[in-house]
Amino acid sequence: MESHIKKSAVKTLNNFKQTLPILIGVLLLISLVITAVPKNLYAKIFTGHPIIDLFSGAISGSIAAGNPLNSYIIGGELLKQGISLIAVTAFILTWTTVGMIQLPAESLMLGKKFAVTRNVVSFVTALIIASLTVFTLGLL
Amino acid sequence: MKKNGTGWIFLGFVCTLYVVVGLIDFTYVKNAFSMFVTTLWKVLPILAVVFGFIFLSDIIFKPKKVIKYLGVNAGLKGWIIAIVGGILSSGPIYIWYPLLNDLREKGMKTSFIATFLYNRAVKIPLLPLMIYYFSWGFVLVLTFYMVLFSVVNGIVVEKLILIEKF
Repeated sequence: MESHIKKSAVKTLNNFKQTLPILIGVLLLISLVITAVPKNLYAKIFTGHPIIDLFSGAISGSIAAGNPLNSYIIGGELLKQGISLIAVTAFILTWTTVGMIQLPAESLMLGKKFAVTRNVVSFVTALIIASLTVFTLGLL
Repeated sequence: MKKNGTGWIFLGFVCTLYVVVGLIDFTYVKNAFSMFVTTLWKVLPILAVVFGFIFLSDIIFKPKKVIKYLGVNAGLKGWIIAIVGGILSSGPIYIWYPLLNDLREKGMKTSFIATFLYNRAVKIPLLPLMIYYFSWGFVLVLTFYMVLFSVVNGIVVEKLILIEKF
């Protein structure tokens, strides 16, 4: 039993050593991007066209990074500015489900094929969920 | 996970990026680095919990057990574990990659990994704030679709990966 615990501890330590540079790298990258993007920039990318705004919301959410709390605050402010609910929903969904900045870390730890496929499918899923949510709310 | 030095190459690339941007605008890089230190400080306890999980799961969950609960034939219980686990897990998404990689090596199904990661978008502690900005109805409908589509997401990701293998 003791040797088994020791084996598990060594395995965890090796895992940590392999993971550490990736985590630090992605954290540094996210900090660089967050500092570069002012919060008021998001409002400027919407045009008023429902389909274009749906994609604009989903794309900007995919590129954005950071605490989901910020996506709700920015999304709430965008709604107040008259941006459509469907665009804002796509924005907050892709903020949390698609991670372009985390993609290198996800690829290194879970495999490139998995990371790319998951992010593409999550992007499409966000478009569907945003549309369905607004449609359902319209029925209620 | 890649066992070679790819992680260090990636970190080296990001550090080089900092140096290059720093030569252009030092204040900007200083602010970014300050944000990095603050975030790292916040993330450290969660990172300790995740690696604690990895250590414990290596002792408790043998591949046979992982296959039983999260493997190809896990069925409904596998989906429930992936959904609930994703909703309850906290901290940044990338913190959970090492644990998921470890569980996958022991037999966790790809679709459950994708479903777990999708459900990380359902944030229970942040629901009051979401209700404040978007209303009860919106939050209920959105959460319902997110959980439902997390399963669809998992199935589609797994199918696409299998197709790509051929």
